[in-house]
Amino acid sequence: MAKGVKPRVKVPKSASAGETITIKTLISHPMESGHRKDKEGNIIPRSIIHRFTCEFNGQGIIDVVLAPSVSTNPYFQFSAIVPEAGEFLFRWYDDDGSIYEETKSITLS
Amino acid sequence: MELTRRQTVVGGAAIAMLGLPRGAFAVNYPMVGTPDEFTQGAEVGVGNITLMTPEIAENGNNVPIQVAAPGAVEIRIFATENPEPAVASFAFGALAGSQAASTRVRLAKSQDVVAIAKLADGSFIGTSNNVKVTIGGCGG
Repeated sequence: MAKGVKPRVKVPKSASAGETITIKTLISHPMESGHRKDKEGNIIPRSIIHRFTCEFNGQGIIDVVLAPSVSTNPYFQFSAIVPEAGEFLFRWYDDDGSIYEETKSITLS
Repeated sequence: MELTRRQTVVGGAAIAMLGLPRGAFAVNYPMVGTPDEFTQGAEVGVGNITLMTPEIAENGNNVPIQVAAPGAVEIRIFATENPEPAVASFAFGALAGSQAASTRVRLAKSQDVVAIAKLADGSFIGTSNNVKVTIGGCGG
């Protein structure tokens, strides 16, 4: 597991049924591209988050595949429809096999 | 295409170098691939797809981009002059509020950023923006 990985997600606390909301996510991760070299000229091995998914009550919202060209601390903004009260599940898949998870619940207003 | 001996040797060595460490971890990465792998040779038309990028990016390490293509099932982003042109692919699910997303990318130098969207009927539309980069973002 890469060190100091911390997912952060911004979701409104409540929404009306059928409303479209904006979601912002950020995760601290070096996203080592595999193209950089250290002082001795050795290539620093690739270590990135290669996939990010977001779903609501088991239904898909977005599924992102990331290449090394995505910046350090990958940030995503997208929108989702909220049909009912429930829980958003966010998952980040690291190259080393770790999966970072975050959940946010939302109520109907 | 006919492979010469030299190409075979060089190619084999490259595969050996790249393949071994990957195999050691046995992780199967999903890949963004190349534009051709995405479209499978289909023609990329023009249509309702917007790509927003800064005209000039001072720092190539962190270039904000925004892409939207109403009706798309998947949008892929490519940076043509990066060491690896693949940047990201966005696949939208049933509860996606709009077929749009924003993120931040690395650009090695001034280049065209390309967005290609696959629509629900299987056709492709694309667009591209030129971004001038002051300081490249891929180390080096």
